[in-house]
Amino acid sequence: MIWVSQILQGVLLGGYYALIACGLSFMFGVMRIINLAHGDLAVLAGFLVWFIAGQTGINPFLALALVIPLMAALGWVLQRTMLERSLRAGELVPLLSTFGLAIVIENLLFEQFGADTRSLAPYIGGLSYDSLTIGGQIYLSYLGIIIFAVAVAILGGLHFFLGHTNLGRAIRATAEDIDTAELVGINSRAVYAAAAAIALATVAVGGAALGMRATFAPYAGPAQLIFAFEAVVIGGLGSLWGTLAGGIALGVAQNIGATINTHGFLIAGHVVFLAFLALRPFLTSLNAKGRIKALLRRAA
Amino acid sequence: MVSDHGAAAGQPAPPLLAACGIAKRFNALVVLDGVDFTLGAGEAVGIVGPNGAGKTTLLNVLAGAFPPSAGQVRFRAADVTTADAARRCRLGIARSHQVPRPFGGMTVFENVLVAASTGGGFRGREAYDRVIDSLTLCGMLRLANRRAETLGLLDRKRLELARALGTDPVVLLLDEIGGGLTDAEAALLVETIGELRRRGIALVWIEHIVHILVQVIDRLVCMDAGRIIADGEPQAVMANAAVVDAYLGGGHR
Repeated sequence: MIWVSQILQGVLLGGYYALIACGLSFMFGVMRIINLAHGDLAVLAGFLVWFIAGQTGINPFLALALVIPLMAALGWVLQRTMLERSLRAGELVPLLSTFGLAIVIENLLFEQFGADTRSLAPYIGGLSYDSLTIGGQIYLSYLGIIIFAVAVAILGGLHFFLGHTNLGRAIRATAEDIDTAELVGINSRAVYAAAAAIALATVAVGGAALGMRATFAPYAGPAQLIFAFEAVVIGGLGSLWGTLAGGIALGVAQNIGATINTHGFLIAGHVVFLAFLALRPFLTSLNAKGRIKALLRRAA
Repeated sequence: MVSDHGAAAGQPAPPLLAACGIAKRFNALVVLDGVDFTLGAGEAVGIVGPNGAGKTTLLNVLAGAFPPSAGQVRFRAADVTTADAARRCRLGIARSHQVPRPFGGMTVFENVLVAASTGGGFRGREAYDRVIDSLTLCGMLRLANRRAETLGLLDRKRLELARALGTDPVVLLLDEIGGGLTDAEAALLVETIGELRRRGIALVWIEHIVHILVQVIDRLVCMDAGRIIADGEPQAVMANAAVVDAYLGGGHR
């Protein structure tokens, strides 16, 4: 029973990883930018929610509703002032510039809020520890379930948005071929800026989730970046549902690792990530996705 | 060499699209050297010339892929020299690539829909109707739900044209869409282009296959070494000594 419990906990944790990773996945898929400041932007969003909730006493969910447009606006500004220029300078420059941005954000947060570890848990009352009990032995936290549901909703929403709206199609066309996109009348600068705004809106939600389920500090960003990055890579770069699968794989591996050995949590996650990287050429040649699709077609 | 041969009507109306004194240099390489080009409303102009004559570069300057080093591009009497390709597309100047570049990961329908909704500015039902019309015109309707990357070369070329049509162009810039076609396919293409002309769309068409070209154009322009060396009635241009020399003489550049 402990194994079932740990796997379910891992799935819920995977929902959090998918939530934190979806902005990274979206930005890479559309703009081919690997945003090394991703984790720090999530921590920044966490601090903003914490600050607003602490100063005004409003519910952190309400504070998040304020932070989402703020972060989206920041995404727009970052794209127009920094990322756009970096992209023009070559493939590696965005890596350097977002690395620089990460350092700037970390140190600004340190200067402003100090080195103390913070959490949003005190502001959400019982939600931070209440849980659903199944069969008397499996405890699933409501917060974990909410975060998982939000991750699925955001990934599903992004998927629908890309497939069924004019802006979504314009984003896909631009991601595919920026010059040709311009030729059919797409303003690629505006499309990229919109994509960056959307990515950072999801980062705001991810940052709030981090703050509610755990703690954060000014230098907590890189750890979140690594989890997000591993989820994105396991799931396939730029694939949104793949990101969810990758997040779940990572979360389950970590929880199983922790069950085997109390120090196994991080190691197991990294081992699965590295094993996946090593085995990927082999997995790709098996064409697992195509086979599953064919099976589903036959079953339908 | 610039002339004002209009279409059949022949009235000296102001040109729809005009390029004046266009020069384009890539570092030391001079690709266009003082080109003057005009296109009347509803007119169809063919461009021929040996490889490296600057035909595609001229089309790029007209489409806004890059600004010219010197000179001015005017569309409907407005200066569009600094307007980028996206802006010009929304104004009504569409172009197709020589090597088709469909949006992979999207269906044929979506490829044209994205053009109709951004370049054409159509919404909802109107956009769908526009897509169906463009696909029908190019004989692509039965392939509407195919993923664009699975198409063969001929269908990719058709999609390239359908996508340009989706933007509801006033001027269509075509870059060698007839290359590699069989006679039957070429006849279909001529029919399609004829329909576009009946709809009043002005054309600039670069093509090596002159016998296809002369079936649909009013005027022929011959380029060589970054200049226009002949411009006028197609048969006269083909008989022009400088044109014959550029094509057959060789080596004089």
